[in-house]
Amino acid sequence: MDSASDNVIEIQDLDYSRGPRQIFKGLNLSIGRGKVTAIMGPSGTGKTTLLRLITRQLRPDSGKILVDGVDIANLTQKQLYQLRRRFGMLFQNGALLTDISVFENVAFPLREHTRLPNRLIRHVVLTKLHAVGLRGAADLMPTELSGGMARRVALARAMVMDPEILIYDEPFVGLDPISMGVIVRLVRKMNDALGITSILVSHDVQEIAAVADCSLLLADGKVAASGSPDELNNTSSELVRQFMHGMADGPVAFHFAAPNYADQLLGRDSE
Amino acid sequence: MLRDIYFTVVGFLRTFGALQLFFLRLLVNSPHIFFGRFRLVVQQVQNSGTLSLVIIMVSGFFVGGVLGLQGYSNLARFNAEDSVGTFAAFSLLKELGPVISALLFAGRAGTALASEIGLMKATDQLSAMEMMAVDPLPRVLVPRFLGGVISMPLLAAVFSAIGLLGAHLVGVNLLGVDAGAFWQQMQSTLDMSDVYEGIIKSVVFGVVVSLLAVWEGYNAIPTAEGVGRATTRTVVISAIAVLILDFMITAMAI
Ligand SMILES: Nc1ncnc2c1ncn2[C@@H]1O[C@H](COP(=O)(O)OP(=O)(O)OP(=O)(O)O)[C@@H](O)[C@H]1O
Ligand SMILES: [Mg+2]
Repeated sequence: MDSASDNVIEIQDLDYSRGPRQIFKGLNLSIGRGKVTAIMGPSGTGKTTLLRLITRQLRPDSGKILVDGVDIANLTQKQLYQLRRRFGMLFQNGALLTDISVFENVAFPLREHTRLPNRLIRHVVLTKLHAVGLRGAADLMPTELSGGMARRVALARAMVMDPEILIYDEPFVGLDPISMGVIVRLVRKMNDALGITSILVSHDVQEIAAVADCSLLLADGKVAASGSPDELNNTSSELVRQFMHGMADGPVAFHFAAPNYADQLLGRDSE
Repeated sequence: MLRDIYFTVVGFLRTFGALQLFFLRLLVNSPHIFFGRFRLVVQQVQNSGTLSLVIIMVSGFFVGGVLGLQGYSNLARFNAEDSVGTFAAFSLLKELGPVISALLFAGRAGTALASEIGLMKATDQLSAMEMMAVDPLPRVLVPRFLGGVISMPLLAAVFSAIGLLGAHLVGVNLLGVDAGAFWQQMQSTLDMSDVYEGIIKSVVFGVVVSLLAVWEGYNAIPTAEGVGRATTRTVVISAIAVLILDFMITAMAI
């Protein structure tokens, strides 16, 4: 079986540290073509970092990241940009360009990469904005949007070049239930209708169950569990159950590594 | 102690080397942005130009006025108060115009540039551009750099012109120097080489201040605090660089 054809992204033995903190230790994972893969994990485990590694905004200390079977470590800047044009990415905070309007934000990739006439750009941009329910906000500036609106505009921008791989960093945070439902359906629909591969970072166990084909749970720098959302929900693994059911105590520490609490409160030096 | 000095020197040289490389990358990318995306540059000229125009005009007027007062009271001791125009023109064109404009420009437009770019970095806007396969260096930094380089000499010219107006107002209208003498003397003593010196200075300062502002913003630590620090550093380093370069250019011109 040719693995390059059914896995868009493969990560092998990846190590990555930030200063003294090792974030990934021997991470292995693969992401299937045409599927919605959800990445879950406690805050600070490195989900955003993983997305940045996959798109080579960061470089791993060791290990391989293959996109369509090609090791992205060796790409030249030009090849990298060629590759990135096949990606669409929704940043955790939207990352809209603050000096241009909502419309121009969505139009930005089209204006930079194509020579489409204005009329066509207008058509494409308004269609995408309509899909996220914000056609009426086209003339606003990004600073005039709420957090949830900004993220939806960013989603429209990520879709505008019709990418093959869409990466969403926490797309559901700060959305009201209605927009949430619309966005969940949109993610699913793009996947089914256009054959896009989606990678989705999220904490919303229910939304993931509705949209994902496969979910991965990151903990301690590795994939702690993977499978369909149902499988994870019914798993016997202590760690997975803790995360899926939101319990503070369990194998995953809720607390960031810290000295002994009582010692620190009492001002004793812990050894 | 020696180790500290060693690391400071090495660190400085390394930063300076990186800055030169950065400057080179800006220059290499300048022509195609200037000719291909001229609108982006015009926008930035408007931005940094209009930001600084009012303070440049107000400062120019008062500096010119002071030159009129000081020049008059000093020159009057040699019965040369007619030369107050020449005195003001020399000071403005060769020194005060370029230098004070550059300092004000660094404080107003330079800090705005550094904080804008730093904020774009802190809010992932630059990463988002890279993810859209758009290199931020030509798209964001080069137009801002060129905008600064173009506006700075224009602002210095405005500063000197308004300064002369101020000197004229004080010298001629207030203290009664003959208007004909004021202009006549100035024209006969000023050389084109004096004007060139001023122009060269303002161009050099424009390049240096814009370069430092863009550099500091681009290399800011992407947090609110980091952006604040980049803004402060822009003013401090630009001011020092401008004053040192002013000395060097003046020394070469004499
Ligand atoms: N610029 C940075 N410098 C140093 N450490 C960083 C930096 N960015 C992130 N980290 C560290 O990397 C780890 C992973 O961060 P990351 O942003 O990937 O977490 P995350 O899983 O996306 O969390 P969240 O769900 O809160 O977004 C964190 O523990 C953080 O301390
Ligand atoms: Mg994150």
